[in-house]
Amino acid sequence: MSAAAEARLAEARRADLTPMLEVEEVARYFDVSRPLLQRLMAREGRRILRAVDGISFAIPKGTTLSLVGESGCGKSTVARLAVGLYPTTRGRVLFDGQDLARARADSAQRSRMQMIFQDPYASLNPRWRVADIIAEPIRAFGLAPSRVQEAARVAELLTQVGLSPLDGAKFPHEFSGGQRQRISIARALSSNPEFLVCDEPTSALDVSVQAQILNLMKKLQARLGLTFLFISHNLAVVRQVSDRIGVMYLGKLVELAPAETLFTTPRHPYTRALMEAIPDLGMTGRVRTPVGGEVPSPISPPSGCAFHPRCPLANDRCRAEAPVMRAAGDAQVACHAVDEGRG
Amino acid sequence: MSLLDVKNLRVEFPTRRGTLVALDDVSFSIAPGEILGVVGESGAGKSMTGAAIIGLLEPPGRIAGGEIRLDGKRIDNLPYEEMRRIRGRQIGAIFQDPLTTLNPLYTIGRQLAETMTTHLPIGPGEARERAIGWLELVGIPAARERIDSYPHEFSGGMRQRVVIALALCAEPRLIVADEPTTALDVSIQAQVIALLKSLAREKGTAMMLVTHDMGVIAETADRVAVMYAGRIVEIGPVREVVKHANHPYAQGLMGSIPPLDRRVDRLQQIDGAMPRLSAIPPGCAYNPRCPQAFDRCRVQRPELMPAGATDAACWLHAP
Amino acid sequence: MRAFFDSDLWWSFTRSPVTVISAVVAFICIAGAVFATWLAPHNPFDLASLQLMDAFKPPAWEAEGDGTYLLGTDDQGRDVLSAIMYGARVSLLVGFAAVAFSTILGVSLGLLAGYLGGTVDAVLMRIADIQLTFPGILVALLVDGIVRAALPRDMHENIALFVVIFAIGISNWPQFARTVRGSTMVERNKEYVQAARVIGRSPLSIMLSHVLPNVMSPVLVIATLSLGFAILAEATLSFLGVGVPPTQPSLGTLIRIGNDFLFSGEWWITIFPGVALIVMVLSVNLLGDWLRDALNPKLR
Repeated sequence: MSAAAEARLAEARRADLTPMLEVEEVARYFDVSRPLLQRLMAREGRRILRAVDGISFAIPKGTTLSLVGESGCGKSTVARLAVGLYPTTRGRVLFDGQDLARARADSAQRSRMQMIFQDPYASLNPRWRVADIIAEPIRAFGLAPSRVQEAARVAELLTQVGLSPLDGAKFPHEFSGGQRQRISIARALSSNPEFLVCDEPTSALDVSVQAQILNLMKKLQARLGLTFLFISHNLAVVRQVSDRIGVMYLGKLVELAPAETLFTTPRHPYTRALMEAIPDLGMTGRVRTPVGGEVPSPISPPSGCAFHPRCPLANDRCRAEAPVMRAAGDAQVACHAVDEGRG
Repeated sequence: MSLLDVKNLRVEFPTRRGTLVALDDVSFSIAPGEILGVVGESGAGKSMTGAAIIGLLEPPGRIAGGEIRLDGKRIDNLPYEEMRRIRGRQIGAIFQDPLTTLNPLYTIGRQLAETMTTHLPIGPGEARERAIGWLELVGIPAARERIDSYPHEFSGGMRQRVVIALALCAEPRLIVADEPTTALDVSIQAQVIALLKSLAREKGTAMMLVTHDMGVIAETADRVAVMYAGRIVEIGPVREVVKHANHPYAQGLMGSIPPLDRRVDRLQQIDGAMPRLSAIPPGCAYNPRCPQAFDRCRVQRPELMPAGATDAACWLHAP
Repeated sequence: MRAFFDSDLWWSFTRSPVTVISAVVAFICIAGAVFATWLAPHNPFDLASLQLMDAFKPPAWEAEGDGTYLLGTDDQGRDVLSAIMYGARVSLLVGFAAVAFSTILGVSLGLLAGYLGGTVDAVLMRIADIQLTFPGILVALLVDGIVRAALPRDMHENIALFVVIFAIGISNWPQFARTVRGSTMVERNKEYVQAARVIGRSPLSIMLSHVLPNVMSPVLVIATLSLGFAILAEATLSFLGVGVPPTQPSLGTLIRIGNDFLFSGEWWITIFPGVALIVMVLSVNLLGDWLRDALNPKLR
């Protein structure tokens, strides 16, 4: 091998172009049928909820990809698919180039991914002391050779998230929502993960506490080089943390774009409607024309493009044919109107 | 002439470890057709203020001082039955979860009609016609066909509209809305806000809008009261409070809202957390978190005082 | 310990006079039963000390009563009070053991059904449903009968106690299983369980370390209330003559024996064990009722 080739190979290794997470045409269906007997009596078929219905994206290492959308769009299901809490119905998930299921069978690989949850009151076991909660991953992965080292690591983590090492002896109910979320973050960090899935980590918090947690997460990302998959319904929050943003509607990605591009030139009609709907501080006394209608049921989604019943640009093609993601500038959009230049 | 007058309202919760003061010295008024927004962190007392006004404080909470007047008449000391009549006729309530307000066993048409025949001098036929009118007004498509549906047959956003229709149909003069849009998605939230706002304007209904979402307040309210640890720390016109808050807590609260129009490296944050009711510090309750606190703040509690275009309870604005 | 006396549970306990009285009564019953060997005035099983002349003595306060036999004597001249204390010991032993057995069985199966769901859940819960359609005492009788029939006769005496415990325990597990299954289904969807799944902890370790401690409050309540049921069930079985062996008479056995003399005027032989049974079960049940209310945040 020539010296030049070797240098190129080393360069490639340094740059490490393998994404942290790749999601390829992933779908996840849930069977929400009623029990067999009731179904037979009511003469109805199985009811399949298509929570996620074929989405693809990749998250390069050290960056943040956010998924936004209204409730029921499937974003939380994607979060759980990404750490293997649910198996996929279709498609595959690659973690650092390796099949997720295989990666999760190996505890060294498994310790590289962690998750932070929405509800600070349900995400900590009320019967455990904080030190035990944070030490759980350390024990599960055997990361501390002795109790003394484990205690030292827990104290370090508590300090890192802005709590006191003395807080380890307390129980979760002695803390406020924001402090509990800090404990959740400390637990997630205790296995030295590289990839963190954050499912609405601030939506249960008050706004001043939300700012604390968002700042903390950004600080930790910069210091530890973390990769984030960030789930939120709040576009303003997403703007503060993301490198790229995916907008989901009824189990599908409708737009995927760099954060700045999405906010400066939103392309999909749904993205635009979402932005228009957000009440904003600068808009006192503003009169708006909100998008009409509601999100349809994911059990029986509309034909063609799922957004067509609410879309001001919908035409016959939208009602019949589901659009696929196509490049538009540095973004990807799934919309016939954008394709045809009607947008 | 204001419709609702709250003066020095004090709510206490007796517990076995002593009495907790949940609301202290809360005073404000709302004029007909005006929307007063009440904001603050969870536990600041905003929902409790609403509950005290509609006479639905959760026991063992009780009004321990001050008075609430509706159209000049005291309503804080009325017996339960009388208060119940006022609640239907003169005060309408909208809560966060529509399912707690709607009776799952009755059709929405029946619930609307019964509310109207109880409180208005009209017969059942007239009530049904009006019910259809209200459902149309709150934006329920095909109201005439859907009036005999049960609450579970509606989606979340539609249910909240039904609740709004229910709160409005007896044509109350005051509406207390506690987080009416929090359970809804943004696109539905925008529709509901627009609806509430236009109704207040058209019917001259006074409204107290309790929410933690500053964006909703900014768009809907005329005036805003900011609450902290059971007290109002600043009250004033919405534009002023949002853009030029005078109380350091209100400033911090506005500053910590992530902006939608740009990305900032670090959001402004308020360190620490609001004190528990059992451990409210002496002086100004905000002083341990306040970057501008000085000696007086630690010993003496500030009352609301004029500060620029608003009133703020802060010694920085002492004359 | 200080934390306990500072807790809400202790506070609500001291605020309820009925509960305090029940606790004192239950304590006296249990202490009297457990320490019967030392506390009882006589040993009713010491054949040497039995005086047939003392048979059928009425209680001490009756005209023909004898100060040494406070509650009178039975047909064999045994002291009724002592027999009650020894009998209560057997009743309590069976009661506690049966409840422990059904708790362990019910909680384990409930955890498995609730956490694993699917077929395991469906099968276990249908079995529980079917069993629940029969009265508990009927199930106990049935199991008792089957076990006795299956075992050789000469073993009966030795294992009768265990058969009764097994029969009563088996008859009561569905209650525990159903409650634990419900709570488990709630807990398993909570995010702290998901966090443990993300780091790859096994279902068994999650069930034991995370879910179990959080579903135990209702179990404690049911266990207390079941103790009353188990004691009564044992008394019923013994009354019917299929319970504990006559060499170790329980309260139920005493009542049955005394029953024969009820109409010949020696009422005390059966009435006093009956009263003891009622007082014991009532005090335990009142404690259970209080515990249920105190641990239920909705009623507070």
